[in-house]
Amino acid sequence: MPLQGNIRDFSTTQLLNLVNLSRRTGMLTIYEGLPTGEKDAMKNDKMAPGKERARVAFNKGKLTYAAMLERDNSLVTVLNKAGKLTDEQARVLRERASNITDKALAMRLIGAKYVTQQDILDVMRRHTEDIIYELMTWTEGPFRFDDNEQPSSDVIPVLIELENVIIEGGRRITEQRELDKFIDDLDASLEFADNPKERFKGIHLSVNEWKVVSYVNPKNTIRQIMKVLNMSEVEIKRILYSLNQAGLVEIVKPQAVRPGVKAPTPAASVAQRKPQARPQKPPEKKVVLSLIEKLKSM
Amino acid sequence: MQTVKMVVTGPFSSGKTEFIRSISEIDVVSTERGISKNTGEAQVKEATTVAMDFGRITVDDDLVLYLFGTPGQRRFDFMWEILAEGMLGFIVMVDSAKPETFREAKSILETFRAYAPTPYVVAANKQDHPEAWNPDDLRIALRLEPEVKLLPCIAKERDSVRNVLLELLYTILEEMEQ
Ligand SMILES: Nc1nc2c(ncn2[C@@H]2O[C@H](COP(=O)(O)OP(=O)(O)O)[C@@H](O)[C@H]2O)c(=O)[nH]1
Ligand SMILES: [Mg+2]
Repeated sequence: MPLQGNIRDFSTTQLLNLVNLSRRTGMLTIYEGLPTGEKDAMKNDKMAPGKERARVAFNKGKLTYAAMLERDNSLVTVLNKAGKLTDEQARVLRERASNITDKALAMRLIGAKYVTQQDILDVMRRHTEDIIYELMTWTEGPFRFDDNEQPSSDVIPVLIELENVIIEGGRRITEQRELDKFIDDLDASLEFADNPKERFKGIHLSVNEWKVVSYVNPKNTIRQIMKVLNMSEVEIKRILYSLNQAGLVEIVKPQAVRPGVKAPTPAASVAQRKPQARPQKPPEKKVVLSLIEKLKSM
Repeated sequence: MQTVKMVVTGPFSSGKTEFIRSISEIDVVSTERGISKNTGEAQVKEATTVAMDFGRITVDDDLVLYLFGTPGQRRFDFMWEILAEGMLGFIVMVDSAKPETFREAKSILETFRAYAPTPYVVAANKQDHPEAWNPDDLRIALRLEPEVKLLPCIAKERDSVRNVLLELLYTILEEMEQ
């Protein structure tokens, strides 16, 4: 029987750890969760596996393959996204080479000197890792792990140590959380810190940072700026974080909380209190030996 | 006469009642189940006792072992500390086929460990279930240190239960000798 569960209860990170520690070979599949109307043992909604969402393969505890099934995982698209093929090249290849496998296509592209073998390996590696980082942020979805199952031999395999991926993914999740804490409301707006001219002197801003800076105005919400600049939430939060750290930009909450007025802190829950471990009188050895004898004779 | 006790804990439906029932020489007193509705006493019992299992193994005239199953629901966890008082050791039952309960099992384990520094073992129960996680995977899932015993278990089988109890006793013995 395959290992089964829901990443709500046993996270992707925990699964990766398990695969790494037990040096597993096989395929992890994560599904869309379909409510069954029933409750599981923890009284949460029980989910049945629906459409496949992602597949990840491992060989002796190393990551060899990952795909998001609702996305185009083809080599052409991956190379195009990574800037190794132009849009035009990608279009032509999709037309002409639609019926050959990624592996065969890779050979041809290398032969035609479009890309090097190293390019392909690097890009596939990045692509695979990015999928894993994304899977590590998922919080719901039935999964199963089928021992020894492997992807089709047509795909281009990679070989990635899981430890580094787990650490980097964890780092990204922490960053994401920090960013979410820093900006917990996209309807907040921005203003310059005091003395902006002084502060901007000698500071080198990236193009995207400049773009954001040009919209700093208490009348614009972060959400609006994000939309105008076609940035993702993470992107704009990252930029605002560094602008704020540099002391250039302040976040203005929609309804500014008056300073000095603190929200009441909830009283510590009684259930949370940790009892002290109490030293206990050790039992007599004779008692334990008698119990062992008794059980053995049962 | 001396009485000693062991506590069987774990999430709801992990197999605590089954475990105690398999080895106890008396019918397990359980208010969660087991008292048939048509006995006149049933309603009274249900109204006056907290759901808890209770089993007994008599060694001889001088020594009796009691097995207490903790009430599964957290709303009874005020009872846990009382149960933990003076226990010889405890067993954490885990339903190996229900990964959604692993986190809860670990949290119960930690709670009991905080009550008393007594020896304990973890029972990977329902190993006969087709969807059971194997003990090695469960160890990783529960993040158990290598020195903690994680024992495959089928609570319905007396031999399996006996083995878990024996392993706990060996652990107790080992800790005494240290
Ligand atoms: N297949 C299987 N079922 C078990 C096992 N142990 C307990 N069960 C079943 O699991 C359910 C819950 O067990 P129970 O002892 O009432 O759990 P408790 O809530 O922890 O007391 C019952 O239907 C038991 O028959 C086992 O080892 N194997
Ligand atoms: Mg019970």
